[in-house]
Amino acid sequence: MSSKPIADDRDQPATFSWTAESETRIGVILAKYPPDRQASAVLPLLDLAQRQHDNWIPLAAIDAIAARLGMARIRVLEVATFYTMFNLAPVGKWFLQACTTTPCWLRGSDQVMRCIKDKLGIGNHERTADGQFSLLEVECLGACVNAPILQVNDDFYEDMDYETTATLLASLKRGEQPAMGSMTGRQTSQSIAGPTSLTSLKDSDGVPPWYAGRTAAAGGGDD
Amino acid sequence: MPKLTVDGIEVEVPPGTSVLQACEAAGAEVPRFCYHDRLSVAGNCRMCLVEMEKAPKPIASCAFPASEGMVIHTKSEVARKAQKGTMEFLLINHPLDCPICDQGGECDLQDQAMAYGWHSSRYTENKRAVTDKYMGPLIKTIMTRCIHCTRCVRFATEIAGVSEMGMLNRGENAEITTYLENALASELSANVIDLCPVGALTSKPYAFVSRPWELKKVESIDVMDAVGSNIRIDARGQEVLRVLPRLHEDINEEWISDKTRYACDGLKRQRLDRPYVRRDGKLQPASWAEAFAAIATRLNGLKGSEIAAIAGDAVDAESMYALKRLMTALGSPNIDCRQDGARLGGGPRAGWLFNTTIAGIEDADALLLIGTNPRWEAALVNARIRKRWLRGRFPIGLVGQPVDLTYDYDHLGAGAQSLSEIADGSHRFAEVLKAAKKPMLVIGSGALARADGAAVLAAARAIAEGFGMIQPDSVDEDGETVAGWNGFNVLHSAASRVAGLDMGFLPGEGGADVAGILAGARSGAIKLVYLLAADEIDTEALGDAFVVYQGHHGDKGAHRADVVLPGAAYTEKDGLYVNTEGRVQMGFAATFPLGEAREDWKIVRALSDAVGHTLPFDDLVALRQALMAEYDTFAAIDTIEPAPWGAFGAAGALEEAPFGSPIENFYMTDPISRASKTMAECTEVFSLRRQPVATGTHG
Repeated sequence: MSSKPIADDRDQPATFSWTAESETRIGVILAKYPPDRQASAVLPLLDLAQRQHDNWIPLAAIDAIAARLGMARIRVLEVATFYTMFNLAPVGKWFLQACTTTPCWLRGSDQVMRCIKDKLGIGNHERTADGQFSLLEVECLGACVNAPILQVNDDFYEDMDYETTATLLASLKRGEQPAMGSMTGRQTSQSIAGPTSLTSLKDSDGVPPWYAGRTAAAGGGDD
Repeated sequence: MPKLTVDGIEVEVPPGTSVLQACEAAGAEVPRFCYHDRLSVAGNCRMCLVEMEKAPKPIASCAFPASEGMVIHTKSEVARKAQKGTMEFLLINHPLDCPICDQGGECDLQDQAMAYGWHSSRYTENKRAVTDKYMGPLIKTIMTRCIHCTRCVRFATEIAGVSEMGMLNRGENAEITTYLENALASELSANVIDLCPVGALTSKPYAFVSRPWELKKVESIDVMDAVGSNIRIDARGQEVLRVLPRLHEDINEEWISDKTRYACDGLKRQRLDRPYVRRDGKLQPASWAEAFAAIATRLNGLKGSEIAAIAGDAVDAESMYALKRLMTALGSPNIDCRQDGARLGGGPRAGWLFNTTIAGIEDADALLLIGTNPRWEAALVNARIRKRWLRGRFPIGLVGQPVDLTYDYDHLGAGAQSLSEIADGSHRFAEVLKAAKKPMLVIGSGALARADGAAVLAAARAIAEGFGMIQPDSVDEDGETVAGWNGFNVLHSAASRVAGLDMGFLPGEGGADVAGILAGARSGAIKLVYLLAADEIDTEALGDAFVVYQGHHGDKGAHRADVVLPGAAYTEKDGLYVNTEGRVQMGFAATFPLGEAREDWKIVRALSDAVGHTLPFDDLVALRQALMAEYDTFAAIDTIEPAPWGAFGAAGALEEAPFGSPIENFYMTDPISRASKTMAECTEVFSLRRQPVATGTHG
């Protein structure tokens, strides 16, 4: 991990204004907090600004949020730099976040990283020249059972390896986004080898033992 | 009142006290970095870990409230091990560059590593490195040394009132910075240097200049404004190298303004180190005897009314008193100490003092500012107002120019019109003042240094009396004396002003004030003007008068002078100063006057001999005795006697013109700060808002 880059003056827009849609959202968000606790809305507003502005937050938006919430702008910037999910410099149209924390690493995240390097030529915190892709190496994405994970914008692609990463990148290059989820086709996070327990709901005589015991203890009734 | 045991000693502390404070009360020393008495508690350095019995692990004593029956050990095995461990972690990413670090010798980390650390490091990996940040012309940063205590962030946010500093990123990438590396725009910014427990924030002008043990330290009084901040002057040989704050709870607490701290490099430039006499239109070096002879010759045959004297803004009380005695002996009524032309003086002493006292601001519950910008005129008074304001329920109104004061206020109007409305109760702020139990007002020279100044003063007095700001001592039902309240305050910006007013350095019977002296000089009615370090007047307006300038800097006054008598700056003489509260304080010399220059009272005394009116004191003690015998307020060193109330000011028509501000540039207000290179840089960056352009020769 390294410090979060902040876009230099060349990339910073001079102004930032909320879209009508965002304004409506802001109204809903601010209504959740008492008048003197509006600063609590800083996280949702940063998220909103990022979604509105090509997945990154310009300093003009920091100013806008600070003014809106009555905070000092350094306080907003502190929050924006603290959380890794906020981008303060332009990112690609496809924002790749590859997890390299232990479970993903054990399951082959190095291959995912290598594939991205091979196919796109970018490393951590870098962006392709055409602005289509950028890569961020992240800590645990919280989906270790389906490791390794590659997050593309808001979607998780799971059970990645070199080949599936290559296929995914190729379709993204064409502008198509394949369905998210496991690349090996397993359902949610079930075992790779298929179900090993609870393969059927009931045992041979139709009532599971734990259920039968419960009805006996409660003296009948099945509620 | 919880009772707890610290290292076997039982202490009783007020509720809300932290364990760390309780330990201090019991005389136990607890190491700390992030904790500071005057800042909010952060609890992030973990150095203050102590053992609490029945607790599963050591506790951070700064953030843990003391409660009944606690048993604390600060020196037990557990506590020592925890402190040692914390210290080892802190040192992991702290460079071992003490030999080239300016904090060396006065570094909390260095000291505490000696007392609480390991003898050597077990860490063999690479240390992290952090890029240095720009924080302005005063603060040098070496951010690799930072241990993230956030004292500077809390100071900037809480005390200075500029939320410009913060900690970006997190974990091992955390970095302290100002927003986008702007200069920290506060008059108190350099206090973060004192607060920094390591060498991350050090003094830029003092970088690589000296080690603390090489310095002679003299405790003295500041003269850059009328607050009378307590300072320590650090000098090496003949050179004043730095000025640091000294604790005085009732005045500056432990802060000083950037001008107080950094104007001292102006003491090395533009100095007058020998007498000069104007011959053939040019100031030529002369001996003391020649200079005195030139004055004596010119004085010969002049009537008292043809002579005048103006005292400057930073002179000591003794020299003013000596000059007053000399002018009286010469028969001149034309003396004045109010260079700005403020219509103050005469009448009861309460009429020109900050009666509430600076510490008293914390007891007030409403404030009316009139024609003043306390942030520039007295940065530490402003800090105290902010301290009170942060506690809440402290409505503040301002009549005058709208300015950024680091706290919210209600802008009531620009000039005297609003003042009249408040006085007659028709203004909305009148209700606020009426509801307050201890309201106060602060009037500055922006409102008093004008033709109708006396009428404005009278209007302010009327408001003070009309809204219960003047409450005499009273006796309550139980027979206890309740201390009175005086909410009428004049905020001066000149260190010598109150002393001058106290000793009546004012026009005598039929005498002229500063404006009158200038007019007289122009018309020829006044033939000799004695400027005692007075530079803040329009020296061009002195006409053909013979000007004697006594002072320490070649500023405006010396340029116009016919005879220059080199005096001593405040760091070079013992002297009494009276701050805006009326508090008499004693300053001490840290170095000797430069070259042939002499202490100012000695010059006046020697001159009195040369002109045949020898003053009756031969040493400073005799002078002070005479001063104190004549004006007894000077005898009470560092004590405040409530000044008796009475009538002052003069009824009259108020002009409509908005109240002005006496200070245009905070960083340059007197000959010393105008000669200072550091103050010039501050002017560039903060007043003119020019970003410094780095050239090849920078750093």
